[in-house]
Amino acid sequence: MGETKYTKDHEYIRLEGDVVVVGISDYAQSQLGDVVFVELPKAGKKLAKGDEAAVVESVKAASEVYAPVSGEVWEVNAALEAQPGTINEDPEGAGWFLKLKVSDASELASLMSEADYKTYLASIH
Amino acid sequence: MLNRQGRPTTPGTSVTAAHLTFTGNKALAQIEPLIFEIGRLDVTGVDYAAPKPFISRLGGLERKNEIGLPGLSEPEAMRHYVRLSQKNYGIDTGLFPLGSCTMKHNPRVNEKIARMPGFGDVHPLQPVSTVQGALEVMHTLSHWLMELTGMDAVALSPKAGAHGELCGMMAIKAAIAAKGESATRNVVLVPDSAHGTNPATAALIHFVVKAVPVRDDGTVDPKVVAELAGPDTAAIMLTNPNTCGLFERDVVAIADAIHAAGGYFYADGANFNAIVGKTRPGDLGVDAMHINLHKTFSTPHGGGGPGAGPVVLSERLAPFAPVPFVRHTDEGFELAEDTAQATQHGAHAFGRMTAFHGQMGMYVRALAYMLSHGADGLRQASEDAVLNANYIRAGLADLMSLPFGNRPCMHEVLFDDAWLKDTGVTTLDFAKAMIDEGYHPMTVYFPLVVHGAMLIEPTESESRASLDLFIATLRDLAFSVQRGETERFTGAPYHAPVKRMDETRAARSPVLKYAPPAPIVEAAE
Amino acid sequence: MRYLPLTQEDRSGMLAKIGVDHIDALFADIPADKLLSSLPKLPLHKGEIEVERVMGRMAARNVSASSVPFFVGAGAYKHHVPATVDHLIQRSEFLTSYTPYQPEIAQGTLQYLFEFQTQVAALTGMDVANASMYDGSTGCGEAVLMAHRVTKRTKAVLSGGLHPHYAGVVQTLSEMAQAEVVALAPDLLASEDLLSHIDETVSCVVVQTPDFFGNIRNLRAIADKCHAHGALLIAVFTEVMSLGLLTPPGEMGADIVVGEGQSIGNALNFGGPYVGLFATKSAYVRQMPGRLCGETMDAEGTRGYVLTLSTREQHIRRDKATSNICTNSGLCSLAFTIHMSLLGQTGLKRVAEINHANAVAMANLLAGVSGVSVLNTSFFNEFTVRVPGNAAHLVEQMAARGVMAGVPVSRLLPDAGLDDVLLVASTEVNTDEDRAAFVEALKEVL
Repeated sequence: MGETKYTKDHEYIRLEGDVVVVGISDYAQSQLGDVVFVELPKAGKKLAKGDEAAVVESVKAASEVYAPVSGEVWEVNAALEAQPGTINEDPEGAGWFLKLKVSDASELASLMSEADYKTYLASIH
Repeated sequence: MLNRQGRPTTPGTSVTAAHLTFTGNKALAQIEPLIFEIGRLDVTGVDYAAPKPFISRLGGLERKNEIGLPGLSEPEAMRHYVRLSQKNYGIDTGLFPLGSCTMKHNPRVNEKIARMPGFGDVHPLQPVSTVQGALEVMHTLSHWLMELTGMDAVALSPKAGAHGELCGMMAIKAAIAAKGESATRNVVLVPDSAHGTNPATAALIHFVVKAVPVRDDGTVDPKVVAELAGPDTAAIMLTNPNTCGLFERDVVAIADAIHAAGGYFYADGANFNAIVGKTRPGDLGVDAMHINLHKTFSTPHGGGGPGAGPVVLSERLAPFAPVPFVRHTDEGFELAEDTAQATQHGAHAFGRMTAFHGQMGMYVRALAYMLSHGADGLRQASEDAVLNANYIRAGLADLMSLPFGNRPCMHEVLFDDAWLKDTGVTTLDFAKAMIDEGYHPMTVYFPLVVHGAMLIEPTESESRASLDLFIATLRDLAFSVQRGETERFTGAPYHAPVKRMDETRAARSPVLKYAPPAPIVEAAE
Repeated sequence: MRYLPLTQEDRSGMLAKIGVDHIDALFADIPADKLLSSLPKLPLHKGEIEVERVMGRMAARNVSASSVPFFVGAGAYKHHVPATVDHLIQRSEFLTSYTPYQPEIAQGTLQYLFEFQTQVAALTGMDVANASMYDGSTGCGEAVLMAHRVTKRTKAVLSGGLHPHYAGVVQTLSEMAQAEVVALAPDLLASEDLLSHIDETVSCVVVQTPDFFGNIRNLRAIADKCHAHGALLIAVFTEVMSLGLLTPPGEMGADIVVGEGQSIGNALNFGGPYVGLFATKSAYVRQMPGRLCGETMDAEGTRGYVLTLSTREQHIRRDKATSNICTNSGLCSLAFTIHMSLLGQTGLKRVAEINHANAVAMANLLAGVSGVSVLNTSFFNEFTVRVPGNAAHLVEQMAARGVMAGVPVSRLLPDAGLDDVLLVASTEVNTDEDRAAFVEALKEVL
């Protein structure tokens, strides 16, 4: 399994070769509350870094999820349609949102490491 | 002769825990099934004789399948809805401190007047000569609204506050188009503290929404507005008093900045109750303001509606008011009902907001309220509303945190959840504990600019005794939090007809209508 | 003042507690030159007796529907509402309650909304209905915007049988939302060629049945062609009673059904407040505007109801909301559901039958008047007649003779060349005497 990196918007990416798995962090899911619905993009959609990739809804809030890096949507986690709660239970495992085929590997460098993300979380509390 | 009918007339001394009842009812607190579980398909609670045989002209499109809806006899219907009503809290139940909603008393003479046959039983498309009194009501109400706001025209037809916002913003969009600036002038400035309807309305008609941060004291900085305003500025949408319960003291400078940039000032009138008879939006530079008749002017909230949101307009926007509108001539009252008629009278109506003429039922009630209060009563009502909110503030400031400091507020007082930090009790928990004490909670988690907001608006309808009890109750709850009695809050409400609801389940697996349960199939031997 | 509980003694005591001398200290943020020094130029307060007198004088200048033979329709209809309905909606806990955001003390409201949604879905033949819109016309506008969101297209085609006010609302909203509208010409005889306007650029087709002129339309062919091109069919009605007798739009392939519910439970009220009904297919529920009530359980497993799918709405989604709507039609939807519960399918069918029978009787009588012709082949409780001369003038003359004869089409369509066409509605309230009075007055005038 590859390294996991994070964004300031609380998305994570996990490298698996030239595909990255994208989801929201444990902190993000705890802030959202129980997830009730996820709007995922279609496979094949091209996203630039910072584009809106998905929308995740809890009872009281809706949050945009932005593409942490540019790429093409390779696969989406269809299981989330029936079981959106997986995002709360296992956000960085079974609760993944989508897989992106990365178009510009250099964008990965500007993302935070796990240690840096933990520091970042402590600072915003 | 000895009378043997004696029986005990004092309560017994034994006190045991309440037992579970057979019905599940608890005396007057009754469980009530759905009409689909009580009613029957072949029952009806109305009596109509079958028509004499005739040749139908339905064009072959008669219903083939049953609708599948049961009916109830009148006694069953009566009981069903009376029991349902008993599960609701209303203004008539107790203090209803919902910030931004203005839950004031709904006078009952207004209901009586609205039901006069000449008001309730009149069709909007009767000949205008047969509805002069209805048009007179609309004309008179318009006059009162213009006088109270210092504005030049009223668009009466919007059906709710949000609908009024849409109307006002459409008038602004039309005025911009008339100047040929549609392509460039499309940004609307909206403070972070604004009600969600503001950005939603602007976005609906394809304005681009730009957020205006509020400063540390909860108000908008005119210098920030001046920086953001430019040739692309269509309008600012400002609530005044704002959603933090504070009067925007720099409102004139803000209006000037917007006007200097060529834009318009839209005011959200949700909080008008604080300033009726004290100041006039027209004097502050407002171009358009919707008024919630169901807030400031006492028309009933009815469990969520109907509302009414007439929009007062400045001279520059008046020509763009939508149809229909009432005109007073020497011959009486007339209605301009389409844009061609409007143009005949020199107007440039942007179109139509709704079928027919608007919420007449609400106009009648609001006008009756205005006539009852008069100029003196209306001003007194605003003063009492502001007095009551500040009295609550003074009674709680030592225990609950005020995000902008302990300074005078207007008709509502805003607390945040800083005082709940590390207590294990959230704003939501605190609100639910209020339910057990017999109060509807205040507005919670709005406005979004403070954390865990609690917005309390008592209105002028509360007596001092009512406020004293409310303050004492909240103080008791606050001390309870300090003492660490978290269960009183986290498990609340304990005494309401139901406990906290599973909203996650409702959103994940929506069940939005009744489905009869699957028939029970006998297991095969 | 009877609505203000505070006494002068209360006020001074409270000011002291707050720590200010004068109430205006609490208004200090208002610029001094903008603080009004005198009262608004409006009358002073009045006692209840005088308020009733003043308002009563205005009411007395209006001719009420029950006081004359009444045949006025065109989108709002005079029906008999059982006394139970108005009595129940005036109960404090319904009248003075708020939107049910605190479900534990609003189960009354939430349960009747759930029942209302169930009734509307059943009547329209659709999967799901919301907790009501302001009225049919604004609902129609919202339906068009919803279709644009679903199809990601922006062109709406409006049948020429759509109520002109509804078309006006759609036009205004579309212009402002930068969407295109193709509005067919007024379609007096339901003979328009709607199908030829449907292609892959179209987001939705909006068809009313029974239409503005009373004609009953079969939507099946339109639905099929819409679906073949990825467009949605929006079916509209202004007379909900018609659903008691007619095939519902859901069974003819409609994707969204929207209309006016005023005929059930709600008085004429000179045009408002009314109640918009809005229903759609399950697949589109997340794009549906307005409030939704859903079933759930509380912490102890007791069945209960809550507002749900709120993330579509303005208070959460703000500028990305499906609509800017905040209120529904609350008390009017309660009136609708109480009346519908009393009627049940059996009662609704019976009342609808009487409506149709009365309209047929009226049409037959009018067809027998020299110079007058009934234009519809099919109708429910409203039809169009062609009269000699100007229909608007005729209506005025009939009114002077104490008969409300209907709505001249020219009132809503002044430029359609239909100045001699009159819309006549007839509901269960009309009697033989009413019909006779109409014919007698008509013959006098002609």
